[in-house]
Amino acid sequence: MKEGLRFLPMDPTHTTLLECRQAIAGRQISAVEATQAYLQRIARIDPKFSCFVETYPQRAMEQAAQVDAGKVRGPLAGVPLAIKDVLCTDYGRTTCGSHMLENFRAPYTATAVRKLEEAGAVILGKTNMDEFAMGSSTENSAHFITRNPWDPSRVPGGSSGGSAAAMGADLCAGALGTDTGGSIRQPAAYCGVVGLKPTYGRISRWGLVAFASSLDQIGPFTRTVTDAALLLGVMAGHDPLDSTSANAPVPDYLAGLAQPGNGQPLRIGLAKQYLSDQNDPQVNQAVAEAMEVFRKLGATAVEVDMPHTEYGIPTYYLVATAEASSNLARYDGVHYGHRTNEAEDLVDLYCRSRAEGFGPEVKRRIMLGTYALSSGYYDAYYLRALKVRRLIKGDFDRAFAQCDVLLCPTTTGPAFKIGDKIDDPLAMYMNDVYTVNVNLAGLPAVSLPGGFAQVGQTRLPVGIQLIGPAFGEETLLRIAHLFQQHTLFHQARPAAVV
Amino acid sequence: MSSHITEAEVRHVAQLSRLRLTSEEIHHYAAQLSNILDYVSRLNELNVEGVEPMAHALDMSNVLRPDEPAAGMSVERVLDNAPEKSPPFFRVIKVLGEGSGA
Repeated sequence: MKEGLRFLPMDPTHTTLLECRQAIAGRQISAVEATQAYLQRIARIDPKFSCFVETYPQRAMEQAAQVDAGKVRGPLAGVPLAIKDVLCTDYGRTTCGSHMLENFRAPYTATAVRKLEEAGAVILGKTNMDEFAMGSSTENSAHFITRNPWDPSRVPGGSSGGSAAAMGADLCAGALGTDTGGSIRQPAAYCGVVGLKPTYGRISRWGLVAFASSLDQIGPFTRTVTDAALLLGVMAGHDPLDSTSANAPVPDYLAGLAQPGNGQPLRIGLAKQYLSDQNDPQVNQAVAEAMEVFRKLGATAVEVDMPHTEYGIPTYYLVATAEASSNLARYDGVHYGHRTNEAEDLVDLYCRSRAEGFGPEVKRRIMLGTYALSSGYYDAYYLRALKVRRLIKGDFDRAFAQCDVLLCPTTTGPAFKIGDKIDDPLAMYMNDVYTVNVNLAGLPAVSLPGGFAQVGQTRLPVGIQLIGPAFGEETLLRIAHLFQQHTLFHQARPAAVV
Repeated sequence: MSSHITEAEVRHVAQLSRLRLTSEEIHHYAAQLSNILDYVSRLNELNVEGVEPMAHALDMSNVLRPDEPAAGMSVERVLDNAPEKSPPFFRVIKVLGEGSGA
């Protein structure tokens, strides 16, 4: 697990986010130097993996100079970050990985990004993604594919594959993704980094280009749980611009990591439905070993029953596509985005602009969602899915009456090969089998580096997932942090990028 | 419910979706959507009688803010990304005429 592991304390690209912040605050390194180090590393390494859609070197250096001049302070002063290209910024382009928004320049900045910048963060650039966040491999990007830093012949996962790969390749100190059905956690697992999907409503979605509004949530990629707690704390909170952002107090997540808990032994829930023998055995092995780590720390394993787990994928793909078909109706070739050159009349203009602007997976999902909502099928598909969604949430409610967190795999196996699933939508959708239910129920969950899988000559990271009750990030992160304090998986780096 | 979706149905859904598809795409999507619908039809195995539909994860509704006037985005800014414009308007091709009501 120490393959490629090196300690270069003065190189900010090989530290954690917290260490980078401390080095800048302690003047061991300037913010300009830290930013320059990352920009140089991106120029050298990103051509191999194609994580970034665009970078903002000039703007980033100016932001860093402001920090060094003492004009910007805050908990992230001078820390270089990458953000998924689905978050609006009033600089650069916001393309969502789509031809539709190829030249779109957002008129405002997403609240989450604004908060990071106000806390002193430096934005290095925007990262690649599956078009409109629809996909599990980043192969659906209209720009180019992104490669996995552990094996460039494999996908980084998706839809936030650019951010996950950038994190995995040490091209940023932290990154933002979005998670509608697993789009932070699955790529985090495939790229060997931490990926946190907060509770629905914990972070404002203002300025996040909508895919499925009842499921979408922004969250961080980091090397450590500590870093995730820091970024979550900066971004969380109510926003008058997003009526679904929760008006609930934001705990000090960073301080919470050191809290002793409630004095009772931790109860870790394990559900047999998540430990299927269809999984790669090395994934189930990683979960079993993680449980062993917790057991040695005094935790008890609680067996819980999640009988509706297998209905998550069909429910998710009806709910998410129905919402997407409605959300993506806004791309009409009139207000912004791609417009066709050869329309005969207004309806033809809509139909051609959309056909030219959207890629195949986006069209497929719009069609499926439109069908599920259409007259005669609404009750059979969409309404039924909403009822099953309630049953799925019930599984979690019963489980959390018995345990503090659930421990399960993030994915059924390690990263797959580029091209393997691109022509088989159902096989691609099955990637999300252990992540979508968390979105349907609106819960927080984190994927942690939890081991490795040997696939032929290649060693690939494996993720373990911890799921907590709604707004239970404090406990969730504390338990995740406990795991990282007693394991070294998160310190391993892919040999190719050191 | 039968999950098989015909090419005629795909054409209808494409029209509802405002997507102009080639006949090749129609053919392709008919097969793929049929597969997906076959798969999702397993939801019929469950008894959902009396289960309240869940549209949203948070227990909130009708979130209102005080009705106070505030500055909005300028017209120039709104029109910045328009493919065609004639300020202060978006520009479109003819709306009335044959086929426009489809």
